[in-house]
Amino acid sequence: MNRILRPEIECMPRTELEGLQLDYLKRTVPKLYATVPFYKAKMDEMGLDPFRVKTLSDVRYLPVTVKDDLRAAYPYKMFAAPMRDIVRIHASSGTTGSISVVGYTQYDIDMWSECVARSIIAAGGTKDDIIHVAYGYGIFTGGLGLHYGAEWIGACAIPVSGGNTKRQVQFLRDLVTVGGMGCTPSYALLIAETARALGEDPSTFPLRYGIYGAEPWSENIRRELERELGISAYDIYGLSEIMGPGVGFECEYQSGLHINEDHFLVEVLDPETHEPLPDGEYGEIAFTTIDKEGMPLLRYNTRDISRIIPEPCPCGRTTRRLQRIMGRSDDMIIIRGVNVFPSQIEQVLMQFSDRLAPQYQVIVSKKGALDNLEVQVELKPGFDFDEISSLENLHHQVKAAISSELAITIDLKLVEPHAIERTQGKAVRLIDKR
Amino acid sequence: MAQQLSVFLENAPGHLSRLTRFLGDNNINMHALFVADTGDYGVARILCDQTARAVEVLRDAGFSVTVTEVVAVEVPDKPGGLADLLDDIAAADIDISYSYCFVDPATKNACNVFRLKDPGAAQLIRDAGYRVLLDTDL
Repeated sequence: MNRILRPEIECMPRTELEGLQLDYLKRTVPKLYATVPFYKAKMDEMGLDPFRVKTLSDVRYLPVTVKDDLRAAYPYKMFAAPMRDIVRIHASSGTTGSISVVGYTQYDIDMWSECVARSIIAAGGTKDDIIHVAYGYGIFTGGLGLHYGAEWIGACAIPVSGGNTKRQVQFLRDLVTVGGMGCTPSYALLIAETARALGEDPSTFPLRYGIYGAEPWSENIRRELERELGISAYDIYGLSEIMGPGVGFECEYQSGLHINEDHFLVEVLDPETHEPLPDGEYGEIAFTTIDKEGMPLLRYNTRDISRIIPEPCPCGRTTRRLQRIMGRSDDMIIIRGVNVFPSQIEQVLMQFSDRLAPQYQVIVSKKGALDNLEVQVELKPGFDFDEISSLENLHHQVKAAISSELAITIDLKLVEPHAIERTQGKAVRLIDKR
Repeated sequence: MAQQLSVFLENAPGHLSRLTRFLGDNNINMHALFVADTGDYGVARILCDQTARAVEVLRDAGFSVTVTEVVAVEVPDKPGGLADLLDDIAAADIDISYSYCFVDPATKNACNVFRLKDPGAAQLIRDAGYRVLLDTDL
């Protein structure tokens, strides 16, 4: 199976790749010092000579950039290119706090499109495909990101965007005669569910692959999507601050996100000390955009929690892989002193997929002085609950399994099918009422 | 054997009324209703005049509904009527999951509904001389 768009780069020997990264980095750091007052001030304050970068490991001396720095730079203070060279503006999707603005030069757009193109090829896409893009179009990078990637390889993009889910079903059935789709995994589930409600079996649609991202999802959701839609489902990773989707992507082995390391230098930082951690250890993922022009960032801390998989991938790419994202440290909730990610709960719930639907919500509140975590999950339509004991057994098993996974006691509430509100973008899994 | 609807409900104000109003609006008449509950959930078990259509409209409306085979047995509506039947059921070593009863206004007889652990045991009740009602009898 040859699903590699640019083997001369994606399979480049590590030493050559690192040489390329160093060349880019040596150009970008002084440029940032000269053009972005924020970075000049940071480096001056740290007593850092922008020409001091001699090796790749010197990156650890560079300033870390955080979300608040981008907010403070609103709207254009982080731009390194003059506005006449900026051809596109996007903004962060605003899952947390206020928005931050990102600018792209033509070079950035071309580079981004190619990164997404690599992801589509890795998912089994070809130039003959029709690709149904159900990510939102607009300032959110999902829609246009996938769209430009599809066009880069010469495929046909259908800019469906989000919404009108019945029409999504119709398009997937009738228009995507060969090819794939892209959207958030939770929206893909809603589309599949809507198809079933309309009396259609979406697994019989000609769709071959799905490229899903913009929110953390579990291996079990992947299997659910693959079964429901009759496809292979691939994760794509990215964030608007760095570029958009395509910073990393899964290959046919579906085992980790290959980082496009010829553009993005990846580090895993200790969440406490912000020191780099060795490959294999979990921490906060940070990227340095080594060749971007519009808004390059040094060591941008995504606060996404993951690790670098130390082993090489059997696909032949030499680019390192990020483990599936566990969640953003902003999504992490601390319950009675224990760190909890909604994705851990999802993983447990999916073990009961014969009786539970993949729709859940986590509600955190105060019960007296104590934190309380309630998980609400929908019963699967068709589950035989007539004997109360079957409901009680399910309740006890699920509650015990989640409590044991998280090491805290939780409340569980089984709810009627469709009781949990569906979204067309990123799923709202967590409601913190504290 | 008779077909019974079981509808999952949250144990919260308004859920049972929403269900019964919905059945009423769809012109479905209930013969019997029995709600079992735990602290958080309830299951409404219903015998009605149009079971198949009720399932269809309930599912379309997003209710979680299943159909269960139950055994409806006719006994005279008099003191000890049910006790006699239960003696025979116990003697035949038949295991009951749950039971409820109602009086059929047409025959003035009591109708006792059972979910049996082994639905095949309905034949033993018939063999003991009782009339086991079908959907068409209800």
